[in-house]
Amino acid sequence: MNVKEWPSAIHKRFLSIHEAGSAPDRYLALRRNITVVMLIVTILPLCIMAGINHFQYRKSIKNEVIEPLRLLLNKTRHSFQLFLEERLSTVRFVSTAYSFDQLVDEQALGRVFRVLKNEFGGFVDIGLIDSNGVQISYAGPYKLLGKDYSGQEWFQEVVIRDTYISDVFMGYRKFPHIAIAVQRMEETGRSWILRATIDTHVFYELISAMGLDPEADAFVVNQAGILQTRSRFYGDLLEKIPFDLSAQTYGPHIIETVDPEGREVMVAYVGMEKPGFKLVVVKPRALVLRTWITLQGEMFFLFFASVIVIIVIVIKLADAMVINIREADERREVAIHELEQTQKLSAIGRLAAGVAHEINNPLSIIMEKSGLMKDLLAFTGDFNKKERFEQLVDGVIRSVGRCKTITHRLLGFARQKEVHFGELDLNALIKDVIGFLEKEMVYRNIDLRLQMAEDLPQISSDQGQLQQVFLNILTNALGAVDEGGRISVTTWKEDPETVGVSIQDNGAGMTEETIKRIFDPFFTTKKSGGTGLGLFITYGIVKKLGGDIKVHSKKGEGSTFTVYLPETAQQGDAAPPEESR
Amino acid sequence: MNVLLVDDEVEFVTTLAERLEIRGMTVRTAGDGEAGLAMVADDPPDFMVLDLMMPGIGGLETLKRVKASHPDIPVILLTGRGSTKEGIEGMRLGAFDYMMKPIDIDQLLKKLEEAAELKKD
Repeated sequence: MNVKEWPSAIHKRFLSIHEAGSAPDRYLALRRNITVVMLIVTILPLCIMAGINHFQYRKSIKNEVIEPLRLLLNKTRHSFQLFLEERLSTVRFVSTAYSFDQLVDEQALGRVFRVLKNEFGGFVDIGLIDSNGVQISYAGPYKLLGKDYSGQEWFQEVVIRDTYISDVFMGYRKFPHIAIAVQRMEETGRSWILRATIDTHVFYELISAMGLDPEADAFVVNQAGILQTRSRFYGDLLEKIPFDLSAQTYGPHIIETVDPEGREVMVAYVGMEKPGFKLVVVKPRALVLRTWITLQGEMFFLFFASVIVIIVIVIKLADAMVINIREADERREVAIHELEQTQKLSAIGRLAAGVAHEINNPLSIIMEKSGLMKDLLAFTGDFNKKERFEQLVDGVIRSVGRCKTITHRLLGFARQKEVHFGELDLNALIKDVIGFLEKEMVYRNIDLRLQMAEDLPQISSDQGQLQQVFLNILTNALGAVDEGGRISVTTWKEDPETVGVSIQDNGAGMTEETIKRIFDPFFTTKKSGGTGLGLFITYGIVKKLGGDIKVHSKKGEGSTFTVYLPETAQQGDAAPPEESR
Repeated sequence: MNVLLVDDEVEFVTTLAERLEIRGMTVRTAGDGEAGLAMVADDPPDFMVLDLMMPGIGGLETLKRVKASHPDIPVILLTGRGSTKEGIEGMRLGAFDYMMKPIDIDQLLKKLEEAAELKKD
């Protein structure tokens, strides 16, 4: 890219950005996009991490909590089995150690029963049943001698399997017990059955030895899910529990479910060797996973707090970014505008000087020819339409005069390169300039208000060119106001290095469009046809003197031109064109 | 009054000459510096009106040479470029004054009169 092309290229790009939508929309969309992208980029990984953590923790904590429960179940199962085995082998021992004849003697049986009761505990009664199912000897609190068991299920089973342990049942005195029966086959071929009933209070001791929390429950059920021990929450003895424990596993098994009261519970159970018996522990999930739930709560809190913090930060950040971008864009716009103005100044200035020079020669000829015509007319006697001819020639001369004004101004503009610096009093200079226009102001009844800063320092600048600057601006102000209008001229010290001058009128004001083009060459709003060079030249001079000029205007409310000048002028770089070719 | 006009723009120079003649002056014209210098050498004029932008040796060089041979001839410079720099340079070289084209004949006459006054003194 050619160096000279880049400003316009930038400008084009800038324009294309601008044309993409009205500015606020563009920045809103930008902010939205930045926010969304940043939120996704930050929150998505956070969510994934939180999710992974959640499941990992959950798994490990569950294992941590559940493992002791399994151990407890296994331990207690062993205790139960040990108890039942012990009772069973005791009965088996009695059946082997004593003969039928000894046991059929109720006194002897009574002695054995007392020993069992004292030494082992839990025995409620003991009876001898012959192969026909009739109890022929009995020791215990009930009158069960002669009772026929031949029709009962357990009797059939013991005949087949030799041993039998019953489910829990309520006896005559309505307390729970289980029955243990052992069949003895003598060498003689005679067979008989020894049956003992055992109190189940040991079950409760075993359960309470588990040391469960008050919210937890533990019990034994049979194959049909009928309670073999009392449950704290899920029914009395011999009632059916509300859980389905049909899954058969060797080791402890855990299911999560909801109990009839709506509590989320974990049901852990393990099968026993006594067929169908299951030891069950029910714990509320909340209790089991208390640590987990606490941790989960903390994690959730942390997660949501982080998300909120991220959202707030992202929004603030996006806002700040967009504001920065917007400011940068605006600064760039201004810079491009100024660059453009400078480029325009330079190019137009060069062109104008060339054109003015070229035009000056033919203009001189027209001037002289028409002058000669006038001369000749003056020396010629009256002839038809002489007066008309004179008028026409005057018209030509006047027009050439106007052209001359333009070309001289253009050439003057091109000549501005030569600056003659000198110390000057800006207040005095402005008053001088106003002096030129005083007559017109008085004539048009203009209210001129001067507010000159007393402490305004002397500045180093070009007196002649500054006079032209203020003459141009004041002439424009005069042109803008109606009769009786107001023009205020104010000077002040802007900062240690800069002085400011504002010229404010309450005239017609300008539209945005006019303000944009106000410093363009040949741009004029004067109906009578100004040269359109006044403010163009003014701008060039002010820039060249190292100053700046700003316009504020509103249609119908008037305009304010503010000129800033450095205390010590340094050649501005916005210098108008070099005149030499 | 004897005036020598030196300018390469023939239309301009002849017309201006005619106008000055109408005003009672004796006017000769030259189309470039060399021709002008020859005329000066041949018959020195009372005044000289010299354009700065000319082909050949150009206005400033012509001025230098005229001033070298005839320092007492007042020279009024004409410039079409509106450059004060050249005008000032011309004045430094001894020109009486300079004018920007297109010129006003009354102004030119005024300057000639001033030059005549000065010459008398």
